Amino acid sequence: MDIVILGLPMMYYIAMVAKVLVAFVFVLLTVAYATYAERKIIGHMQVRLGPMRTGWHGLLQPIADGVKLFFKEEIVPSQASTFAFLIAPLIALVPAFITFAVIPFGGVIEVAGYKIPLQIASYVDMASGKVYDINVGVLYILAMSSLGVYGIVLAGWASNSKYSLLGGLRASAQMISYELSAGLAIVSVFMLSGTLSMNEIVNLQSGMGGFEWYAFKQPLAFIMFFICSIAEINRTPFDLPEAETELVSGFCTEYSSMKYAMFFMAEYANMVTVCALTTTLFLGGWNGPLATTFTLLGPVYFVAKVYFLMFFCMWLRATVPRYRYDQLMHIGWKVFIPLGLINIVVTGIWNYLI
Amino acid sequence: MCMSVVDDIKALVGGFGVTLRHMLRKPVTIQYPEEKRTPYPRFRARIVLTRDPEGGERCVACYLCSAACPVDCISMQSAEREDGRRYAAWFRINFSRCIFCGLCAEACPTMAIQMTPDYEICTRDIMDLVYEKEDLLIDGCGKDDSYNFYHHAGIGVTQPRGEGMEESRPVDVRSLMP
Repeated sequence: MDIVILGLPMMYYIAMVAKVLVAFVFVLLTVAYATYAERKIIGHMQVRLGPMRTGWHGLLQPIADGVKLFFKEEIVPSQASTFAFLIAPLIALVPAFITFAVIPFGGVIEVAGYKIPLQIASYVDMASGKVYDINVGVLYILAMSSLGVYGIVLAGWASNSKYSLLGGLRASAQMISYELSAGLAIVSVFMLSGTLSMNEIVNLQSGMGGFEWYAFKQPLAFIMFFICSIAEINRTPFDLPEAETELVSGFCTEYSSMKYAMFFMAEYANMVTVCALTTTLFLGGWNGPLATTFTLLGPVYFVAKVYFLMFFCMWLRATVPRYRYDQLMHIGWKVFIPLGLINIVVTGIWNYLI
Repeated sequence: MCMSVVDDIKALVGGFGVTLRHMLRKPVTIQYPEEKRTPYPRFRARIVLTRDPEGGERCVACYLCSAACPVDCISMQSAEREDGRRYAAWFRINFSRCIFCGLCAEACPTMAIQMTPDYEICTRDIMDLVYEKEDLLIDGCGKDDSYNFYHHAGIGVTQPRGEGMEESRPVDVRSLMP
């Protein structure tokens, strides 16, 4: 194990590939079973059963859905702009997955004498024993999540359909408005942490037996960030870009087969990412009781928190009706942005006084 | 303004409580082909023609059911036996038209045509839904198992005047002197 490639030991590359595979498979499986869980949970909330036919209590439903979508006919509208039409689902899907690169999902584990931090884009310098990760991790996530809007706008434009176009326009307006207030909510976290590195932010929340979360120090920012994130990934009650009652299916009206499945996956992958980001920034990441002594507990806490937030998203979908478009813009610009600014000022004064 | 925010939050939390409570409730839907609900006895589904307690056909081909039918799905041809008793030469109900309103069963004076709770009559071929008399006629009385129309009516056909139930002997009008 003393082979050194580009100044880094061989183990670094093996660990990197393993982490990428684990995280990717985890997100993919979560995406697949989030669709099942959503149908099941919303079904039971509406006093129905949800999927029951494929497998025991419908457990194979995501696979059946995937196979069905895979074998469907690929339809490209004759008036659509073909290249943009084909590339749009990819542009929507890829940013949803690559945001996971900077999210820490556990502490540092030791395999064969080599220390591996459970965060994809990071490594432990064996000489100094310090963990290095991307020092602008949150900015990276903000940048990637705003790339996702291009896929949706492009899909809306390239489809050459009025419903798609309206959906794409709504998506762009909505995502840009809500990114501002989500960014303002994160700023108040930075003011407490003093760093943009995700790893550092998680470590700063490890006090008080793993419960020194930023959600308790910044409850307003936590609620605002979560709501704005849901709005940014177009989930109910903010799913105006694909409002079924008004726009048929919004930007994915003209899509079929795997291209539609990609939009679907992007939506759920975004949900996983946003829940993971909220967990990392506000709910202490992988921290929890005894997480520092038993490092394998870290990922368990992380997954539990992410799944709880995802359950909350589904619960929200079953409970709250869709916003009207002017209400959406009103709450984004006239409520969340002033609140975020006030929150920053109050945090600043508080930090100055203490 | 502050109170309205509190009220709104209360309303939101209440809504979340409702959905969570419903999640833990037993679902009202069932897995249909495996689990079946028993319909009530007066459930209106497949129509049958019944027989009287003696085993004869109740239907007298009076056309009242086909006249009452709002979608005109009942058709028949009346005929008469040598003893004067009427019957349907053929009797046809097109179940692909039938709306199961039950007006035919209500109109029937002899209780021949009746609704049963058997609702599973869908087929692949729509022509299979045209039921002829032999498909409709059952060996039983259906709902009212003691009723025989001809015991109450049918004067001159099955019994002489005054022989029926709830019927008094004919009075000789000439003997009715004040």
